[in-house]
Amino acid sequence: MPVYTDKVLDHFMNPRNVGSIPDADGIGKVGNPTCGDMMDFYIKVKDNRLEDVKFKTFGCGAAIAVSSMVSEMAMGKTLEEAKAITREQVAQELGGLPDNKMHCSNLGAEALHAAIEDYEQKQAAAQQGGLACQCPFCNEFFKDVPEVCTSCGAKLRFCDECGQPIPHGQEACPTCAEKAQA
Amino acid sequence: MREVYLDHAATTPLDPRVWEAMVPFFREQFGNPQSLHRYGDGPREAVEHARAQVAELIGAQDKEIFFTASGSEANNFALKGIAFANENVGKHLVISAIEHHSVLNSARTLEKLGYEITVIPVDAHGLVDPAAVAEAVRDDTVLVSIIHGSNEIGTIQPIAEIARRVKERKRRIYVHTDAVMTAGTIPVNVDELGVDLLSLAGSAFYGPKGSGALYIRRGTRIMPYIDGGVQEKGRRGGTENVPAIVGLGLAAELARGEMGQRVAHLTALRDRLIQGLTAVDRVTLTGHPTQRLPGLVSVVVEYVEGEALLLLLNASGIAASSGSTCTSRALKASHVLTAIGVETALAQGSLVFSLGVGNTPEDVDQVLGVFPKIVERLRAMSPLYHKVEVA
Repeated sequence: MPVYTDKVLDHFMNPRNVGSIPDADGIGKVGNPTCGDMMDFYIKVKDNRLEDVKFKTFGCGAAIAVSSMVSEMAMGKTLEEAKAITREQVAQELGGLPDNKMHCSNLGAEALHAAIEDYEQKQAAAQQGGLACQCPFCNEFFKDVPEVCTSCGAKLRFCDECGQPIPHGQEACPTCAEKAQA
Repeated sequence: MREVYLDHAATTPLDPRVWEAMVPFFREQFGNPQSLHRYGDGPREAVEHARAQVAELIGAQDKEIFFTASGSEANNFALKGIAFANENVGKHLVISAIEHHSVLNSARTLEKLGYEITVIPVDAHGLVDPAAVAEAVRDDTVLVSIIHGSNEIGTIQPIAEIARRVKERKRRIYVHTDAVMTAGTIPVNVDELGVDLLSLAGSAFYGPKGSGALYIRRGTRIMPYIDGGVQEKGRRGGTENVPAIVGLGLAAELARGEMGQRVAHLTALRDRLIQGLTAVDRVTLTGHPTQRLPGLVSVVVEYVEGEALLLLLNASGIAASSGSTCTSRALKASHVLTAIGVETALAQGSLVFSLGVGNTPEDVDQVLGVFPKIVERLRAMSPLYHKVEVA
């Protein structure tokens, strides 16, 4: 359809780097199905470079093309270079996006940045001594998994599937969406 | 690539016979129907002939047909014309939650002007409860307007029962129906429906775009929609669009003559398509299972987004439509899907195929051949589908 450029259609029809990385170093998730677009980005990092980038996207043609474009732009880049990728650059690389898609579907750069941030937080935690999990309320990292957060005092519940803490009042684990058995 | 057009609810292709009938009125018969000299004679006769053809389609009298430039204009004319002309009776109107935007937004405009609007909800199949409509009628209600057939979910409303109940409740009230999707497609008779006003559009039944009409029952008090000259008895000024009116007239006559075979043809294709699509896991029909337009197939496909479906179908030569947020310019989920209780997240996977007389079983097979692969392909890259598999 002529509302999209040839490049957008190419990335939509033949998306690059679709999939997930089971042992990803960082995962970034943005959007939700209600607004119509949802992107999960997975990264593998080696020597401060993005060795692999993969994504899964629920959304319109623009959302899928943007995800594919971002994964291609980020592949092999240093973390700093990848963090400098903006949504405007992504749209430009795609030869432009329709006005009404610029903001809602152009979330790829945000998802990538979230994955890098996730990686960096895990790195920081590891440097503090191989810490196992993070309080969902105050973001404090722990070495062992406590029942109550030693920093903010919140009572923690843990996902049986992945062992990550589940925020108060939520049924499902945000990390793996497995129903909490805690 | 073999191309399959399945978006007849958006517009239908012009019937070649209709085109042939229109052609002389662009050049040779260019005269103004209101002219008293000989140039006006042919166009005037053609317009009045078309009026009779449209009247016959819906069981009306010729003088009850007023030509407009679209179904949307007819809907605006009905709501605003009745509201403005009957202020002495009251300023309350009743509509349903699944009206076309031209009715919905006319009502919203009236609301801004100080009118009160009651919106009647629908059930999960998109049906309006006639009793609920009657109950909403008050002493100051001047108009009830309920859509006849939904372009998004295909549900056909029990307009006759709604009109009967409304009139039992209040004698002096007008009932309008937006019959754009039904007039020219299924049998529509204004007396059987018991309506005072009815909107129709030529582009819905192989007539030209830019052609429509409002049926206004004799004796109805209504304000002119376009102030101007004497055209359309002073109710809709402006020189008549003669070619479009001629086209609308012939399209109406052809629709009336061929309706039985068209409905049988469309219904067979529709049911074949519904059966094939809903055989795919987590694809469900929206709207009423039986009380629905003969050519309309509407489904929601879980875990994928409608625009992505449309693009992949388009790449396979298939033209369809969707009510998803991303396909709307306003980026809002369809109010019709919301009204029947489809969650916003699920409405993203909305898909509408609207069949036409030119479609064949091969067209349906082409859709069914690619549809499962397209759904599978998008689900494979959807983070939502993954989560469901895990659970």
